[in-house]
Amino acid sequence: MDKKSVDTHAFVTSNSWASLRRHTDARIGLGRSGISLPTEPQLEFQQAHARARDAVHIPLDLTQLESDLAAAGLQSLRLHSQAQDRATYLQRPDKGRRLDADSAAALKQFGAQQVPADACIVIADGLSSTAVQRHAARVAAAIDQRLEAEGLTRTPVCIVQQGRVAVGDEVGELLDSRVVILLVGERPGLSSPDSLGIYYTYSPRVGLTDAARNCISNVRPAGISPEDAADRLMWLVMESLKRKLSGVDLKDESGDAEALDGEGRRNFLLE
Amino acid sequence: MSYQIDIGQTRYTFADLKTLMAKATPLRSGDCLAGVAAENASERVAAQQCLAEVPLKRFLNEALIPYEQDEVTRLILDSHDAEAFAPVSHLTVGDFRNWLLSELASTEALKALAPGLTPEMVAAVSKIMRIQDLILVAQKTEVVTRFRNTIGLRGRMSTRLQPNHPTDDPAGVAAVVLDGLLYANGDAVIGINPATDNYHAVTRLMNLLDEVIQRYEIPTQSCVLTHVTTHLEAINRGAPVDLVFQSIAGTQAANDSFGISLSILDEAHKAALELGRGTVGQNVMYFETGQGSALSANAHHGVDQQTCETRAYAVARRFDPLLVNTVVGFIGPEYLYDGKQIIRAGLEDHFCGKLLGLPMGCDICYTNHAEADQDDMDMLLTQLGVAGINFIMGIPGSDDIMLNYQTTSFHDALYVREVLNKPPAPEFAAWLEKMGIFGTDNRLASGSTLPPPFAHLQDRL
Repeated sequence: MDKKSVDTHAFVTSNSWASLRRHTDARIGLGRSGISLPTEPQLEFQQAHARARDAVHIPLDLTQLESDLAAAGLQSLRLHSQAQDRATYLQRPDKGRRLDADSAAALKQFGAQQVPADACIVIADGLSSTAVQRHAARVAAAIDQRLEAEGLTRTPVCIVQQGRVAVGDEVGELLDSRVVILLVGERPGLSSPDSLGIYYTYSPRVGLTDAARNCISNVRPAGISPEDAADRLMWLVMESLKRKLSGVDLKDESGDAEALDGEGRRNFLLE
Repeated sequence: MSYQIDIGQTRYTFADLKTLMAKATPLRSGDCLAGVAAENASERVAAQQCLAEVPLKRFLNEALIPYEQDEVTRLILDSHDAEAFAPVSHLTVGDFRNWLLSELASTEALKALAPGLTPEMVAAVSKIMRIQDLILVAQKTEVVTRFRNTIGLRGRMSTRLQPNHPTDDPAGVAAVVLDGLLYANGDAVIGINPATDNYHAVTRLMNLLDEVIQRYEIPTQSCVLTHVTTHLEAINRGAPVDLVFQSIAGTQAANDSFGISLSILDEAHKAALELGRGTVGQNVMYFETGQGSALSANAHHGVDQQTCETRAYAVARRFDPLLVNTVVGFIGPEYLYDGKQIIRAGLEDHFCGKLLGLPMGCDICYTNHAEADQDDMDMLLTQLGVAGINFIMGIPGSDDIMLNYQTTSFHDALYVREVLNKPPAPEFAAWLEKMGIFGTDNRLASGSTLPPPFAHLQDRL
């Protein structure tokens, strides 16, 4: 069937500014049928939603992640939250925030045999195993290199299946680590099924709230690169160790305003 | 004090008022998660029948969260206006529902009553109301606020233009701002969620939005939705802050987890007022709330999530906000499981906020791990439109590429304008016409090419 056999100009308005999409993945310049979304973008949206819905349920390939970490020179430990499966994970956030009994016992035993380290990197699958699968090993390696360069000691990377953000604090506490850095798969968006979040806590312990954490979000190819994220995190780590705190009292003032403006990325509305 | 009711052969007993309130709440996953929900459907309705018999005055004598432990409780009880309460002070919760639905509850009467109501009273009556009740009563209220335009006038609806970008890229933000304006969005606020709380990135966005508003003389306000303390820092360093933003919750402990207190909000409110940047009014605060936030912070004291949410409105009310936005489906299925729960919660929040005198808007939204879709959002959007919502979100094609959730689109606002005849704020509507975005009649002009005031951007396309 020839899609172009009907001239739709009489009833679909296109937008000449749709070309501005080169600046953003946002769905701008979609045009309109009357005041409504034309058929094509409407169905593209439905397709993207279906894919994102399915992505929530894709399980983490643990063996692959472990081998990716090993290839980057990082040892890892395998842990599990109290949420046995995805259905429990989705309905019981409390269970995703705590380690199951076996993991807690194993970690405690491991910690007892080691000298406490400065930093502990935790990887939790969160709501997007895709994000973890694609980016976590690279981000962890970038962070580990920077920690090493600052002379900070590290525990093995702790992988928590069905884990939420707060589980990092329990891991850090059991290993008696000074700071914990948690990488987590963020909720998948329509245009970004693979976004990784980084959460940082000084002096981690069970029961801390978000007020004690700093967050760097949107680590993915169309967002913040692993290197930029690791640099920004290290600024927080060093400042945090100096001031002995993290969270809302630790403002990210890394970089300066000018450095943020790349060539050709200016606000063209003011020209 | 315990509460009880006999239904047929069964006696239902509820240990205290907060238990009764929780069990009377229409089913939602967050209350099940907290372990405070009714055990079955019969117990839920029995609790509603029991709650209907509770005098409104009881809420002034039995605090759900102890006065000594919680500054939000203290705020609620210490600021209660007994004189304003007088017209309904003799009523039970059940009679209050009847009163609200009656002709006695006119727009003027509801406005005068607002300072006499506590969040708990309003939450209680909402629990025994159907969706049509929540809509009917809410549409009788009118809450008008002003900064550079007039928001909330009867028969109008405003939108927040939300130009989020995963790296706060100026060109990417500008592209969405332009698209949104050309689709007639942005009169509530041009409000961006920054990708980071980095101070330099935040102030750069503040400058960007301020310059666009000035350059095109747009009768609207800007906001960068960062932590209130970052706003204070920005104000102190001279950045252009129109509205101060903060997420708030209904218990002191939950607000602690957000890193805020009433005194911090007070300081920020005063600082923003001193800037005097509003031209037609001085409502300078923008708050966001959402059912489940207190439980999420493990700070709910055994109180159900809808009552906690309504208590957040007491916090908002103290600071005369321009905008209060319940971000209803953002929190996820652990708290609001599916479209049905999200829809009811959105209508409850709008109703409760409006009765308390707040300029309520709603982020009509869902995440990809919730059992909801665009059809559910269309239902809530249409119902809130009928109920008289002050503002909704506007984002290109419903897809927030930074926060990774779906909210209402620029097109969705046009749909409400079309089917319910709801133009934007009057100052903004006039600007749209002047700029050639609207033709006559508050409708989009052709729209395939840039209108003349934007023609200089042609070679940037």
